[in-house]
Amino acid sequence: MSHGGGGRAMSQLIEQLFGDAFANDILAQGNDQAAFELPRGKVVMSTDSFVISPLFFPGGNIGNLAVHGTVNDVALSGGQPLYLTAGFILEEGFPLKDLKTIVDSMAHAAHEAGVYIVTGDTKVVERGHGDGVYINTTGIGVITDDIHISGERARPGDKILINGYVGDHGVAIMSLREGLGFEASVQSDCASLNGLIGDMVKAVPDIHVMRDPTRGGLAATLNEIARQSGVGMMLNEPDIPIRDQVRGACEILGLDPLYVANEGKLLAICPEDQAETLLHAMQAHPLGKQAAIIGSVIEDANSFVQLKTGFGGTRVVDWIAGEQLPRIC
Amino acid sequence: MQPNLKRIQYRVRGQVQGVGFRPFVYQLAWDLGLTGWVLNDQEGVLIEVQGSTTNAFLDALHKQAPALSRIQSIEEKEIEKKENEAVFLIRESECGDVQTDIIPDAAICPDCLSEMRDPNDRRYGYPFLNCTHCGPRYTITHSLPYDRAQTSMAAFEMCPACEAEYRDPTNRRFHAQPTCCPNCGPRLSMDISEIANRIRQGQILAIKGLGGFHLVCDAHNETAIEKLRKRKNRAAKPFAVMVADCKGINSFAKLDKDEQALLESPERPIVLLRKKKSNLPDTIAPNLNRIGVMLPYTPLHYLIMDALRGRPLVMTSANPGGEPLVIANDEAEHRLSNIADAIVTHNRDILIRVDDSVVRHDLSGPTVLRSARGFTPRPIALTQDTSSILGLGAFLKNTICLTRANHAYLSQHIGDLDNVATLCFQEETFDHLRKILHVDPVLAVHDLHPDFASTRFAHSLGIETFAVQHHHAHIASVLAEHQIDGPVIGLALDGFGLGDNGKSWGGELFKVDGLNCTRIGHLRPLAQPGGDKAAVEPWRMGASALHALGRRDEIDSRFAGHDTQTLKLMLDKGLNSPQTSSMGRLFDAACGLLGVCEIAQYEGHAPMMLESLVSRIEVDPQGWHLEENGVLNLLSLLNTLCERTAQSGANLFHGTLVFALADWVEQACTKHNISRVALSGGCFLNEILSQGLKRKLQQAGLEVYLNQHVPLSDAGLSLGQVWLGQQKLLRDGS
Ligand SMILES: [Fe+3]
Ligand SMILES: [Mg+2]
Ligand SMILES: [Zn+2]
Ligand SMILES: [Zn+2]
Repeated sequence: MSHGGGGRAMSQLIEQLFGDAFANDILAQGNDQAAFELPRGKVVMSTDSFVISPLFFPGGNIGNLAVHGTVNDVALSGGQPLYLTAGFILEEGFPLKDLKTIVDSMAHAAHEAGVYIVTGDTKVVERGHGDGVYINTTGIGVITDDIHISGERARPGDKILINGYVGDHGVAIMSLREGLGFEASVQSDCASLNGLIGDMVKAVPDIHVMRDPTRGGLAATLNEIARQSGVGMMLNEPDIPIRDQVRGACEILGLDPLYVANEGKLLAICPEDQAETLLHAMQAHPLGKQAAIIGSVIEDANSFVQLKTGFGGTRVVDWIAGEQLPRIC
Repeated sequence: MQPNLKRIQYRVRGQVQGVGFRPFVYQLAWDLGLTGWVLNDQEGVLIEVQGSTTNAFLDALHKQAPALSRIQSIEEKEIEKKENEAVFLIRESECGDVQTDIIPDAAICPDCLSEMRDPNDRRYGYPFLNCTHCGPRYTITHSLPYDRAQTSMAAFEMCPACEAEYRDPTNRRFHAQPTCCPNCGPRLSMDISEIANRIRQGQILAIKGLGGFHLVCDAHNETAIEKLRKRKNRAAKPFAVMVADCKGINSFAKLDKDEQALLESPERPIVLLRKKKSNLPDTIAPNLNRIGVMLPYTPLHYLIMDALRGRPLVMTSANPGGEPLVIANDEAEHRLSNIADAIVTHNRDILIRVDDSVVRHDLSGPTVLRSARGFTPRPIALTQDTSSILGLGAFLKNTICLTRANHAYLSQHIGDLDNVATLCFQEETFDHLRKILHVDPVLAVHDLHPDFASTRFAHSLGIETFAVQHHHAHIASVLAEHQIDGPVIGLALDGFGLGDNGKSWGGELFKVDGLNCTRIGHLRPLAQPGGDKAAVEPWRMGASALHALGRRDEIDSRFAGHDTQTLKLMLDKGLNSPQTSSMGRLFDAACGLLGVCEIAQYEGHAPMMLESLVSRIEVDPQGWHLEENGVLNLLSLLNTLCERTAQSGANLFHGTLVFALADWVEQACTKHNISRVALSGGCFLNEILSQGLKRKLQQAGLEVYLNQHVPLSDAGLSLGQVWLGQQKLLRDGS
């Protein structure tokens, strides 16, 4: 890619690429903005920028990750995601065929999630000023009035559920980036969860909290919720689903799987008496087959998240100020 | 009137209240034909005596003071004589009993012990007898002033017989707050004979003691010990043994006079003794050359021992899952019922958890390794007098420390701050210390590490905070203990502490002058593959050393059975492999290379095994070199270890280390023109290292200071922190 006349030609090429891949009526109007009607209800919006390395990984690439991430952020409110925007920052010289792969998988992910990419933008930066491609997506959706899912609604007695194996994404990415070889058996779990969430909300409209344990993993997300709600949490280690391969990789790498990033996972917190119902609804969906109840919300003024280990001890699953530093003296 | 008749006032300061000091003075004055009075007040004990034997009186005050008293100072002044004084009295203090300090718990005294064994005594066979010379104090007191109402003995009303003793100034139970007898005192939940029977049958019992529950079994019964290890999920960490008396020790450990004195002291710590070949199972302290031994310290212990005819017992703190010691009866029921076959309780509440203390006697004298029962809350005198300061320690084996004026009070061992129960215990300990000392700290001193719970606790207090570097605090703890202010060369050797530069430190050479601390050297860093994982898996450090030595190819064969492929990649790429200058990790590397301990079962496991292998130290003069920037490089020693057997490697590693460290420190002393050296940090628990280095530095004409009354490990850190806090307050002029 280059600037000037050739640049313009390239821009057109890219626009063509997007137009073909994302084809829908609103985008086809060719305006600088998208205009559409929304169903009744509260509007939900979310935005996220995707800056990852490597761009391609087992189980996905930056493109479908950018769709899944924003779709999930909208859906986790309990609402239905409808439209997305997509902004690209391309590094000069980025191979067109890679871009096509990325764009195609975005289109595929959007199609699967039932959302439309209705407007977008592309900028090209000089070589050396970007890691190939950055993508920003913004999502918009609608939420019905009976849903009140929010981070401060966890109550003592509530149960904590997760829809499947923990740590797959982080381990897959790290393994590929560092050439460790675990990626042969561990893939990123990245997926759009709006279908699963739809089923969950239908089964248990009174879900108190829902959030995706992405960066910082389960530990960061649960600590966030605990502090927001002013409660503590007690997790039961043997109940947390972790693939043997992920456990093994974390073991040797010296990582705690509870701190490893996920992309297709959600944590749900609901009243105790509805936990079984919610669990069954989750397990009935392809993205929730390994769903499990992993712990309970407890009263705790200090908002500690604790883990009951297989040996009967408990330890604090702490939030961390910065990078994970050694502690053992 | 005789010409040499004088009236003298004595002001006695120190630990002189609640220890039978007044009855002692009373008796002494009468014996010497002196008149006057004695009373307790806010500052200690005040005495006026009149007569011609005041010199003898002063002499006896020093020489015959009660066992539990500790006189800090006696000021004397001659005052005007009183006419018509015929007697000596114990005067009630104006504000009732004003005890200003709580003293540590003490073992049963010989007088009480003989009463307990005397069939004609009214306290025969009674497990809770005590007097002013012995018994519980700190563990049963929730606040000051120290009198029965503030203790868990408040629930027991004294019977007339006990009351009479309590009121009689000539009785050793005069004002003995916890005094009691079978008629009016606490009761045990199980007969002594049944306890003894169950132990004989190989059962594990949870027995309520002074500062918490113990798990107890027959030390000769290997099956019982194995059962205890399994149920407590404690594969290899050593257990302590209780024996009836010192004679019983001969069959399994060496004992010298100093060690015997330590064992028999009122503090009754666990003393680490050198093992002998014996018929005690090695599973009590597997693969170690020392074994922890203690004598009975409560009447209950003696009754059990008597019933078992002196059979040694395994005694271990009942702290399942690494949480604090169990102290309450209902807590015992739900936390210990899956470990113990039966639970023995009594109805005197333990208010403060206090573990057994651990002490070793080495060339420097008694060295306290864990400071708890018998030592807490004994003040440490400081040279400076400032507002109250709180030190919060670090992470593992934590303690806290609080100052009042020119004294520091180090808390008992609290534990590893990785679980909520221990965090609560830390908070509880702070509240309790603050209450009994009547102080509110103005400054909270904490470690640099942002993620330690102790750091967060400091910031939650709403007072000024002060972050100090871990190893600086280690060295400061030595300066505090030995009351040194001037510049020293400080050598801190431990497992890990966060450095000023955000790096992982643990083998650091400093020039320390109060708040000023300059890092003048450090160990050549090694990669620590897997971060904290490498601190519990010495094979990883072994592999890291091979990698650093250019012997990467040997990693697979030496550490077969581990995922060496991944580990090598981690080392190649520096993936989650922070560089560390830690001496602890260097020990781990040696253990890994020598195949001594590939995975540690408890903190210090690998280096303790390595030390236990040493038969006679050996020095490789080529094993180290000092780089220009003050870096001590020991790679060559590690390289040589690759070709050694475990034992010869252990000999070489220890010997070379001592010489290398001495060389390093001596050069620094010369360069900076300083002759005082302070040594601290958990690695100095290694006796060959600490004593060898000390001797060598002394031979070079240097003054060497090590922690002695305060643990060398992170358990002593909070003292160093408050000392630095004092320096800060003084510098800031507040
Ligand atoms: Fe330390
Ligand atoms: Mg977002
Ligand atoms: Zn006594
Ligand atoms: Zn009585």
